[in-house]
Amino acid sequence: MAIKQVERDLTFRERIYILEILKALRLTARHFFRNLFVHIAHRFGLLRRLRGGVTYQYPEERRPFSPRLRTLHRLTRRQDGSPRCVACMMCETVCPAHCIYIVGGEHPNPQIEKYPVRFDIDLGLCVFCGYCVEACPEDAIRMDTGKLEFSSYSREGMIHDLQELLSRSTTPPKR
Amino acid sequence: MEYFIQFSKAFFIFNVVMGFMYILTWLERKQSALMQDRIGANRADILGFRLLGLFHPLADAIKLLTKEDFIPPGGNRLLHTLAPFVAMFFALISFAVIPFGGTYNLGGYEVSLQVLDLNVGLLFVFATMSMGIYGFVLAGWASNNNYALLGSVRAASQMISYEITMGATIIGVLMIYQTLNLQEMVVAQGEYFWGWIPKWGIFLQPLGFVLFSTAAMAETKRVPFDIPEGESEIIGYFVEYSGMKFGMFLATDFIETVLAAALITTLFLGGWQVPFLGAEGFFFSGELWMSLSSVTVMFLQVSAFLLKVSVLCFFMMLVRWTLPRFRWDHLMRLGWTIMLPLSILNILITGLFLLWRS
Repeated sequence: MAIKQVERDLTFRERIYILEILKALRLTARHFFRNLFVHIAHRFGLLRRLRGGVTYQYPEERRPFSPRLRTLHRLTRRQDGSPRCVACMMCETVCPAHCIYIVGGEHPNPQIEKYPVRFDIDLGLCVFCGYCVEACPEDAIRMDTGKLEFSSYSREGMIHDLQELLSRSTTPPKR
Repeated sequence: MEYFIQFSKAFFIFNVVMGFMYILTWLERKQSALMQDRIGANRADILGFRLLGLFHPLADAIKLLTKEDFIPPGGNRLLHTLAPFVAMFFALISFAVIPFGGTYNLGGYEVSLQVLDLNVGLLFVFATMSMGIYGFVLAGWASNNNYALLGSVRAASQMISYEITMGATIIGVLMIYQTLNLQEMVVAQGEYFWGWIPKWGIFLQPLGFVLFSTAAMAETKRVPFDIPEGESEIIGYFVEYSGMKFGMFLATDFIETVLAAALITTLFLGGWQVPFLGAEGFFFSGELWMSLSSVTVMFLQVSAFLLKVSVLCFFMMLVRWTLPRFRWDHLMRLGWTIMLPLSILNILITGLFLLWRS
């Protein structure tokens, strides 16, 4: 492998290094004292529009999500509250991670062919590709809950069943 | 009573150093965070009080104490355990000769605020600093790990290189003050040029100040000079350490930072001297003076010393979080081909100056 060497022509001032150190120290010290001043002002309720840091204090404060962001799945309902899903197995077939497991049953309404008896998603396997949402002909599965935290202490806890998926609602993305 | 005074002085300086160490571990996080536009550690709380993350060092100590104390197979059990204690002991014992206050008349007793009044105080500091390297070298040898050994060898060679610069730099200071006693050195810095500029080492030895600060920063083994630790390449001499023994090495780094700051203060920034503050009170030129009691003067001078040390600690943290680390050969080149000739030049200039003056 060829090694590319970049030759820099340093001026004398850069070569003695100590002035460059002082310039660097001035930059970092300016950030320090500016942020210190802003934080102290915040304690007294002043200068609220200035931010003391560029980071988000995560559990209390979230960054705004993109509306297209794929978050935790949910199953949508019909007008009468029953699941919209018709157990057509489209999502189970298209899923590249094989994380969806559906058992279909016969629906009492002859207009509707089937309904899901079981609908499990193993989030330990899910890769959040969103293909299930794309494949669904009934708009029955969506990934718009805005939830990102679903950790669990066991593998069993990562498997979300029908009732759990139906119980979620959408969170409109904040801008 | 003698023993009580001696004990309380040692107790005071030990606790001040330990307090500085505690604050510095917190300061390192908060200061670096503010410098990089972050917030920094603020989660650890006691009963909901977060107090700007000041409990994080406490949480760290609890974590380190409850962790497994691992001694690598093939490592020397005794030396592996001994090494962090050696390193920390010699870092702490150096504070014995640092004067943190002048001599005061307190209730009939002449109290000199210096734990050990040695005539060879400066040599004592340098001796203990050199002995401190044994801790790091022992840690490397006893770990049975090539990276640890490499780190300790680097530590030894870096310390030797920079100790020579340090030693050569203080010769200039010695030529001016003509004493090795640190207390006498600080007393000598209480005089003035033309009645108003204090005769601090930084004005008498500006080049020496820069060189000594750089070498002292190298002695602390923190980032611009962190070749022995090298957290981004080899982990260094403490790679095989865990739990509180690892914590002791980290604490040693911070104690050495405080030691370097205290030494720079004592040699170059007038130690506990406050400009225009004598044993009787403030004395400005002519009629302008203010009488103060002995206890007030002591309080002011000890706080001045602590303030100077704090500002220097802040400055060293600033340098640590600003500059990238040196490469090994660059470090050696800086030490041997730039700093050492400059320090010898410093001796030469000081000698010529003294010759011209006499």
